[in-house]
Amino acid sequence: MGAVLSPIFTKANVSFMMQGLVMTVLIAVCTILLSLVFGTIMAMIRHFCTGKRAVLSALAGAYIEIFRCTPNILWILWIRFTMQGDPTFKAIFSCTLFTTAVVAEIVRGGLNGIPKGQFEGAASQGFSFWQTMFLIVLPQTYKSIIPAMLSQVITVIKDTSFLKVVDIAEFMRNSSVVMGQLRMPAQILALYVFIAMVYFVICFSLSCVVRYYQKKIRT
Amino acid sequence: MITDLFNVKRWEAFFKVLPGQYIPGFLMTLRVALAGLLLALVLGIIFGLFSTSKVKICKLLSRIYVEFFQNTPLVVQVFFYYACLPYVIGGRVPKFTLGVIGVGIYHGAYISEVIRTGIEAVPRGQFEAAYSQGFNYLQTMRYIVLPQTIKIIMPSLANQALNLVKNTSVLAMVAGMDLMYYADSWGSDRGYFVQAYLPCALMYFLICFPLAKLARWLEVRAKQTPVPKKRKEVA
Repeated sequence: MGAVLSPIFTKANVSFMMQGLVMTVLIAVCTILLSLVFGTIMAMIRHFCTGKRAVLSALAGAYIEIFRCTPNILWILWIRFTMQGDPTFKAIFSCTLFTTAVVAEIVRGGLNGIPKGQFEGAASQGFSFWQTMFLIVLPQTYKSIIPAMLSQVITVIKDTSFLKVVDIAEFMRNSSVVMGQLRMPAQILALYVFIAMVYFVICFSLSCVVRYYQKKIRT
Repeated sequence: MITDLFNVKRWEAFFKVLPGQYIPGFLMTLRVALAGLLLALVLGIIFGLFSTSKVKICKLLSRIYVEFFQNTPLVVQVFFYYACLPYVIGGRVPKFTLGVIGVGIYHGAYISEVIRTGIEAVPRGQFEAAYSQGFNYLQTMRYIVLPQTIKIIMPSLANQALNLVKNTSVLAMVAGMDLMYYADSWGSDRGYFVQAYLPCALMYFLICFPLAKLARWLEVRAKQTPVPKKRKEVA
């Protein structure tokens, strides 16, 4: 057992894989924060641009449909070749592209749940549109979408493993590099179990938080 | 990028490889998606029923299955099958099988959760009323619970089908001869990125957009309260 495992989990290998994990988390966090900003903007366009500005709403709707209906890998690959710049930056950019579409739908669901009386109440107190948004509506919206957003964080962490295909030094790619040095099937199996467990521990703890929040909201 | 888009020579090159690479790739994606969806539905129904049954061991099995496959990336799962299945079956694994097993088991976990929430959404009183009328478990499921469950879960199922089609593209990472693989290999070979990826995106969109529309339509329909059917008066 020790003879099988010790060549895998050497100090150098483990620290190399952990560097990958840091990269994975970094990309996931940047992606979620950026998509939350752009997703909120897009959801607001979808929700409030009516009448003369309905064309903006239609454009945002088209964006959401396009990215919801095409595979994530496609954008990761396409961006890799067609954009100049730092690979990590491009990776975050491509992940943000398709995550924004999903986040926009989540935020829009939250906005839909805000009662009309909140807007009317704010307007009667002399709040401007932006004051109403930032002080009244968005705080309530964000509170109500916490479970859905956390689920999306899980999805993003899992999606970063797609970035292996463009050779970003994230956890899956670094682990594969380590795997390239192994020969015995038992070692490869053990390393796969390790990789799966690392992702599992992160995502499962997040999903426990999701469940906790859902229970809290219901009671 | 814009000048590339209107480059006639490059589009000619694309239409030359369309029948030999893109069409077989598209069909491969479609076949993997259909067979994968079938496998996912079977697994989802079995484990979904398990998680609502009273037998502890079934419940535990279903929990483990769902949590494990939902909380690890599909990429890791597919690479795992790619590396380990040959030892199990003792030979090369066809890419089609690899794809079907990969997306089937992964989305089976999601569908199992969808079915569980659907069954749990039907109030307990419905079961009790059915039992009090002498229905057994299967009859209760068939005539009382499932018709209500199906209406609740159809939108989520359509969404899962959409994600499943998108996720078949993971096969490209293990040279799976699917649409994404052909688009990427031809594109990076020639450097005609617009011509390689735009039609590929369009083809995925062709499958996924109707599914997205279907999901939305089912969602609207599920919210409407049912109207009782008109019955013929018995004279």
